[in-house]
Amino acid sequence: MEAVGLWQSAFDLMLGFSLFGLAWRMLFCADLFKSIVLFITFGLLMAIAWVRLEAPDVALAEATIGAGLTGALLMSAFAKLRTLDNSLKSGQPLLPRPRLHVINFWIALLFTVLLTGGLAYAVLSLPSHSPGLSDAVMSQLDSSGVTHPVTAVLLNFRGYDTLLEMAVLLLSIQSVWSMAGMSDAGEVHTSPVLNVLIQLLSPVLILVSAYLLWVGAHAPGGAFQAGSILGAAGVLLVLSGRPLFNLKKSWLIRLMLVAGPAAFIALATLTLINEGQLLKYPVANAANYILLLETLATVSIGTTLLALFVGSQTEAVQQDQSHQ
Amino acid sequence: MQNLYIILALFLLLNLLAGMWRILKGPAAADRMLASQLFGTTAVAILLLLAQIESLMALRDVALVFALLAAITAIAFVRRNWPQEPDDAG
Amino acid sequence: MMLADILTIILLLGGAFFFLAGTIGLLRFPDVYTRLHALTKADNVGLGLIVTGLAIQAQSWAAAGKLILIWLLVLLAGAGVSYLIANGALARGVAFWKR
Repeated sequence: MEAVGLWQSAFDLMLGFSLFGLAWRMLFCADLFKSIVLFITFGLLMAIAWVRLEAPDVALAEATIGAGLTGALLMSAFAKLRTLDNSLKSGQPLLPRPRLHVINFWIALLFTVLLTGGLAYAVLSLPSHSPGLSDAVMSQLDSSGVTHPVTAVLLNFRGYDTLLEMAVLLLSIQSVWSMAGMSDAGEVHTSPVLNVLIQLLSPVLILVSAYLLWVGAHAPGGAFQAGSILGAAGVLLVLSGRPLFNLKKSWLIRLMLVAGPAAFIALATLTLINEGQLLKYPVANAANYILLLETLATVSIGTTLLALFVGSQTEAVQQDQSHQ
Repeated sequence: MQNLYIILALFLLLNLLAGMWRILKGPAAADRMLASQLFGTTAVAILLLLAQIESLMALRDVALVFALLAAITAIAFVRRNWPQEPDDAG
Repeated sequence: MMLADILTIILLLGGAFFFLAGTIGLLRFPDVYTRLHALTKADNVGLGLIVTGLAIQAQSWAAAGKLILIWLLVLLAGAGVSYLIANGALARGVAFWKR
């Protein structure tokens, strides 16, 4: 048993140093494409780090966002940067490396040392064993309607947190849509192998999304992870060159975008009137309310992430139509 | 058995770090993408081993998600963002 | 019980060997197309052996099924992505290795 602990320490040390080294290489790398691939690898190792920190919920979120959408988003963003500036090739720096003046360097160093020292002091002065609020959560878990403490906190005890997160997502897509998009230089033709890959993957993606939504009641999972998988399914369809209907024009898409936040606000108002407190569900029905909210939130999160990925592409479609 | 699982996880992590050389050196964008694809598979294997050590079955879901989304970044790369290769003749 | 453990050990060590082979191939092979070959060894055989080794230890059929599903998904992604990258590299004129 002793030996296992030793090997685990070795694994953790190795993981920690790799994360640090990766972050370093990623930030000080002139080639943007290399940075993107390093960042994707960083996400992989970060998910493993969350696992070692015994936070499987965060690991799952990191896996759904980091492995799925971040990579696709960064690749797309880089492609758009290149259409802006044709001279931007792989291996070429985007910006010349800024040269720091000697005085600026020392000022920056001083601030960095002060900040690091302050952080180190704050971390070291923390009590080594703090129970936090986990006892309070566990004692109230029976009245929450679910058996997984993280879901109980996110959807019941502090439901307004999730309500505000949904609002942030809605705002983000609004700001993307409010900015004029650039035309997208995506290829149009489809490949038979890609088609088969997508035909096989899409149903499994939707199934796993539903599974994660359902399992959230008693194990790591939930609306955010399920929504990200759903969004990834949409991204896959867009990447395969399938003509998706115009996201910006469709009222159905708009309905899907607001379904989650709208349901949250409606339920918050209802509980405020009936129970006198925001998002305080009657104990008997708590499980049903949570499932309803999570289902609608999954749809909204998935649609929002897809819309964020497609973003400016709708502009290109509109321009094409106006040319005809 | 526990010992074997953690040693193998460490071994796979070292493999991944060695493979990092290919991402740093390239030379083509496709080489970097290939390395990242291999890392995805390695991460799945590491997670499955860790799930066995801590007998935490939720970790298999993390591995499942990684396996499910393994293709997306590479597809985005192929469809959207294949930079002009530096060693490209034409 | 003992037999299952021995089988698991053999399968896991075999899997680790193929991951090592894949990594060495990725580092040592001379061009994109040959490196693809190395990558699929880790995807197909390496993970396949590790998954089989762990499935023997699984508590339920459902858990073993999930492990197999993970492997099948990685196989699918690996095969599809390898084709797409090879095809793209060919179309963009990435050079073949010549002795």
